[in-house]
Amino acid sequence: MGRVRPLHHAARRLLLLFPRPRAFSSSAAAAATPSREPLHVCVVGSGPAGFYTADKMLKGHEGAQVDIIDRLPTPFGLVRSGVAPDHPETKIVVNQFSRVAANDRCQFYGNVTLGRDVSLSELRKTYDVVVLAYGAESDRSLGIPGEDMRGIHSAREFVWWYNGHPDMCNLAPDLQSTDSAVVLGQGNVALDVARILLRCTSELAATDIADYALDALRGSTIRKVYLVGRRGPVQAACTAKELREILGLKNVHVFIKEADLVTLPADEEEIRNSRIKRRVYELLSKAAIAHKGKNNNGQKELHFVFFRRPTRFLPSEDGVTVGAVQLEKTCLKDDGVAGKQVAVGTGEFEDLKCGLVLKSIGYKSLPVEGLPFDKYRGIVPNLKGRVLSSESENATVEPGLYVVGWLKRGPTGIVATNLHCAEETVAIILEDDKKGLFMGPSDSKKQGRRGLLEILEQKNIRFVPFDGWEKIDSKEKVAGELKNKPREKLTTWNELLMAAN
Amino acid sequence: MLARVSRLGLHALRRATAPGQNSLASRRHEAEAVTSHVNHLGKTFFCSNTNATSSDRSSESEAKISVTFVDKDGEEKLVKVPIGMSMLEAAHENDIELEGACEGSLACSTCHVIVTDVDYYNKLEDPVDEENDMLDLAFGLTETSRLGCQVIASPELDGMRLALPSATRNFAVDGYVAKSH
Repeated sequence: MGRVRPLHHAARRLLLLFPRPRAFSSSAAAAATPSREPLHVCVVGSGPAGFYTADKMLKGHEGAQVDIIDRLPTPFGLVRSGVAPDHPETKIVVNQFSRVAANDRCQFYGNVTLGRDVSLSELRKTYDVVVLAYGAESDRSLGIPGEDMRGIHSAREFVWWYNGHPDMCNLAPDLQSTDSAVVLGQGNVALDVARILLRCTSELAATDIADYALDALRGSTIRKVYLVGRRGPVQAACTAKELREILGLKNVHVFIKEADLVTLPADEEEIRNSRIKRRVYELLSKAAIAHKGKNNNGQKELHFVFFRRPTRFLPSEDGVTVGAVQLEKTCLKDDGVAGKQVAVGTGEFEDLKCGLVLKSIGYKSLPVEGLPFDKYRGIVPNLKGRVLSSESENATVEPGLYVVGWLKRGPTGIVATNLHCAEETVAIILEDDKKGLFMGPSDSKKQGRRGLLEILEQKNIRFVPFDGWEKIDSKEKVAGELKNKPREKLTTWNELLMAAN
Repeated sequence: MLARVSRLGLHALRRATAPGQNSLASRRHEAEAVTSHVNHLGKTFFCSNTNATSSDRSSESEAKISVTFVDKDGEEKLVKVPIGMSMLEAAHENDIELEGACEGSLACSTCHVIVTDVDYYNKLEDPVDEENDMLDLAFGLTETSRLGCQVIASPELDGMRLALPSATRNFAVDGYVAKSH
């Protein structure tokens, strides 16, 4: 599709609208199959949940025509903006997703926002099947005093920042006014942000970390990172891989209080019942012994702080920036439900000084207009992926509307969790298709892709097709080559949209 | 031996992402670069993509073993696997639906397979820590679970049966109950 001479604006727009005419002719071929009309499927969100859904849908239904829309000009969701830059092997999955996008029956429409550029009701009128896979783009809050102080960020914001997400490229966290950072939470995201703060910048320099983030980390004065958890080492939410990695960081001394490693019968029960908890606990115990009595000659410090919950943020001398986190000691109590242990405050408090706080206490999904939403659980009420009208018992099924990924089951799990999540949702869709649920009367045939393109054209939305992303991709790789990085990410909306054209 | 080579592969992975040794990775797609680097150092043990050269394998491919894959629907497929080839690769070469999200770089659990016979499972080298880390997260884990990319065809594995974990079918391997995540 090389252009040899400048095109007029109208022609350029047309080019953008019909980027891959081959895809259209082949979809016509699909329509011509004797059995039936194509099944028009729209997947909202192009992260792992969205792409696995598209993949399973294309494999499971020969007549399925799958359009994936995403609000960003770039696909792959958290594989691009969530997975840490020093985990390139986790990002290999984009090869597979790119093969899905190359399928003749699949199209990607980036830079299209559900709820702004196209409404949910428009999508449902246009497609037989709408699968929402747009994840969780907000944060849970602690709801404690001082949470709005300067120097306090959600881990998501910090992760998006170092990963060059265009919505967070201007975060500019201050890493130069303090030697201590507190990370609230002990899950994998908490470990990721702690690791990025502690890892040698010479190692980070060879990753696809955003250039401004690398610069900021090079100038960072942070020497100590505290990972704070409400419960104990047995209940830590991280996985062994991430823990093993941070415990093995070069030039980092690990502090784990031996007293925290003492287990009670309820803890031992948890360890017995969970392979992952047992392995995490073993790693922490070994690390406590390995680092015990060692001199930390000028090394950076990683402190595991167990059995503490944040109760308020205290300002520093300037009155506006965080200067400490007040923590309340906790102990574990059985909550009476399935033997789960919860942290309860003991009324004993202490202050932990710091100049940067990263809250890693969970992501939160946001609803869009016309979508049933369970505010308490932060998910769309659903049964195996079929969206329900409400979370009540007498809820009805929302025809043609499905959900997958974090929006379906909450913000937990790894990339591969979405594979099985997508399998479940797609199995339900195929079941509904077999029941004839998408065979409306002939005058109400869904327009699918054609309808979407009409909506976008009417609203003058300049979407980014997959080959637009490929242009961004190659530009980033070329820029990365100059710096010995796998890629140098484009991090502003403007740069991304320019490169896609 | 397997464990050693696995570690070698991991070492290669780390090298591929380490500073100063990254000129290869920087010149190519990061994902491909890591995989090819591993392929290079770990020979065919980590291969799941197609960029491994067939000549690497030709000398080993004279001897083959029989492996039966049992897919998610319970369908069985008997395939011949050259000595030295990983089960992930074997599955892909035979159009068996086994995912390989990280292409054999020990960064995911999508090529999880269940060795249906404990005797065969016991013939395998113990998984390295890194494989166990991934198995922790595998869907429908059993006591005879392995990652397909880490199970390498060798003569004593002739006749092995591997089942793909299924969301709808439970395996009873020594009465082990799969955990949800």
